[in-house]
Amino acid sequence: MSLTLLNAIIAVVIAIGFAALNAAYLVWAERRGAGRIQRRPGPNVNGPLGLLQPLADGAKLMTKQLIIPGGADKALFMVAPVLAMAPAIMSFVTIPFSDVIVARSMDLGVLMIFAFASLGSMSILFAGWGSRNKYGVMASVRAVSQAISYEVPMLITVITIVMMTGSMNLHDLATSQAGGFWHWNIIPSLTSPLMPVSFLIFFICSLAETNRAPFDLGEAESELVAGFHTEYGSMGFGLFFMGEYANIVIGASLITILFLGGWGCPFGLFPSVFWFLLKIYLLIATFIWIRWTFPRTTIYGLLNLSWKILIPISLFNLLLTAGLLKVF
Amino acid sequence: MSAPIHIQPGETFTLNVGPQHPATHGVLRVKLEMDGEYIVHSETVLGYIHRMHELMGENRTYPQVLPNLSRMDYLGALGYTHGHVLAIERAAGIEVPERAEYIRAITVELNRIASHLFWFGAFVMDLGGFTPLMYAIEDREYILDILERVTGSRLTYCYYRFGGLYNDIDDEFVPATKALIPRMRESLKKYDALVTGNIILQKRLKDIGPLSKELCRKYGATGPVARGSGIDFDVRKNEPYSVYPEFDFDVPVYHECDSFARYKVRMDEMEQSLRIIEQGLEKLPDGPIMPEKKPKLIKPPAGDYYQAVETARGSFGIRIVSDGGKNAYRFKLRSPTYSNMHLFDEACEGMLIMDALALMGSLDLVIPEIDR
Repeated sequence: MSLTLLNAIIAVVIAIGFAALNAAYLVWAERRGAGRIQRRPGPNVNGPLGLLQPLADGAKLMTKQLIIPGGADKALFMVAPVLAMAPAIMSFVTIPFSDVIVARSMDLGVLMIFAFASLGSMSILFAGWGSRNKYGVMASVRAVSQAISYEVPMLITVITIVMMTGSMNLHDLATSQAGGFWHWNIIPSLTSPLMPVSFLIFFICSLAETNRAPFDLGEAESELVAGFHTEYGSMGFGLFFMGEYANIVIGASLITILFLGGWGCPFGLFPSVFWFLLKIYLLIATFIWIRWTFPRTTIYGLLNLSWKILIPISLFNLLLTAGLLKVF
Repeated sequence: MSAPIHIQPGETFTLNVGPQHPATHGVLRVKLEMDGEYIVHSETVLGYIHRMHELMGENRTYPQVLPNLSRMDYLGALGYTHGHVLAIERAAGIEVPERAEYIRAITVELNRIASHLFWFGAFVMDLGGFTPLMYAIEDREYILDILERVTGSRLTYCYYRFGGLYNDIDDEFVPATKALIPRMRESLKKYDALVTGNIILQKRLKDIGPLSKELCRKYGATGPVARGSGIDFDVRKNEPYSVYPEFDFDVPVYHECDSFARYKVRMDEMEQSLRIIEQGLEKLPDGPIMPEKKPKLIKPPAGDYYQAVETARGSFGIRIVSDGGKNAYRFKLRSPTYSNMHLFDEACEGMLIMDALALMGSLDLVIPEIDR
């Protein structure tokens, strides 16, 4: 019994460490990538290639005073950043990085990750409401309506895949695609000819779910100052930031597991954690690339895209796959 | 999507956009009465950066006011000083050598491109795309370097003098400007590929922020704002001054009245400015840059003088009432953005805040120029 407890603690520590390290260095990668895209160096002063920049930023954020604005709802204001970070870390528990590296393989892994992802929009709502800032309230309402409308097509796409695999266990989902890239879910097969479209839908939804540009309406700085975290300074802001990047890693991991064969090598040789990390970091690089290329969408453009385009297509795909599974 | 909506009384809240807000690009304050994300009523509040340039124009001698004009608009300063020297030259009857006129036209057009480039970057940043700003600034740096060589400063130029210029261009000005033209044309193509064709940008600008011809006339809008609403008016063509009649250039006019039309007008204007610069460099005559006979003390005869020029933001007018003394009796500036901005209150009613701020970005506001 105590051994399982110890295991659990070790798993949680590793998950937190992985999430924090990723958040810190993804910020660095994002800033370096943005610099590359914008023909400027990016952070390059602290340490070789600016690699110590995240540490300096972290030290700065931690030493700053935490200011709670007058009239703010203290409890909500304090709870919101924690709620942004905690579900993201919890989700790492069930993500399999390779055949053996997984903290806790759960039969309802996919469901759990989505349940925790939904908690993320709760934190945005709390932050916007709790900070008693009109920009914050507007931003949080936007972010929540966005999260609701993008979880629907995302889940429909997941249902399509779960139907094909017959399991909600992330490990099983990945192993069902073992052996070469032609087995991956992204490649259209006889039973699911529309899979590349599903992949695209899921990819767009991941961008929207993680509040990334071009869907970063919750923190649209040109109209809402800084959105829901306008009033946050110090580590409160830091936690939102880390939570955002942890969510990006989770989004990329989900795409990898659901569509890109998890830890499988494209040629069916030596499946390992290396391939998994390679795939998620390539996806994250794409996220960064998109963010620094596109302008922001409008709120109605965003909702129209989800309800009028993505949901009908994903529903059609679900029905098509269901029908074809019955036939073949 | 921006159709007006009906709301119950007492359901609105007031949102103060500014005076410190990233979207207003300065210290403009907009009091918005909001119903959710919709704007019910808007009120622009000015005066946060008022410096009394007009009063200073009455208290100082004419040459002493020269640097003031470039403090009005920090992005397109040369156009404003151009208007000032033209007004005084007309009033005092000072002949300007042709070489000086050509150099003025070339530098003003360079400044116009620099101003439009910065607007382009800032506007796309308002829409959430940060990268084009960096590209635009890189090109703008090149232009500022050229201007710095001849004028000695990068933003608040004081290069023109009554009758001519402060100093002649150097050997590197002409080759550097000639090299700029193909470079800018490449860049404009790049901007088109990166930004103009982007579907998100088009969806955000097309049919959004309509400013009808009547509205523009009502508020006296000029410049790219009016030309985006189908009003074919450009001071350089309609009331020619300096050497502009010698140049062959077009005035881009779009009839769509939306934010995208104003965007296109400015993008096309950069190309037209390049054409003017190209011709100016070809025709650039030799000769002096200051007239041989010039009064030591500028004392325009008593009278009422007005001069309008086309700056990057629209028609800038300067009215000088002289009583024959060393100072102006009345020094009145008509700044284009002041008129352009007041459209906003009427135009943004019933719009979503996102679209309204995109509309505000398309007006190309420079706040020190509104407040003067």
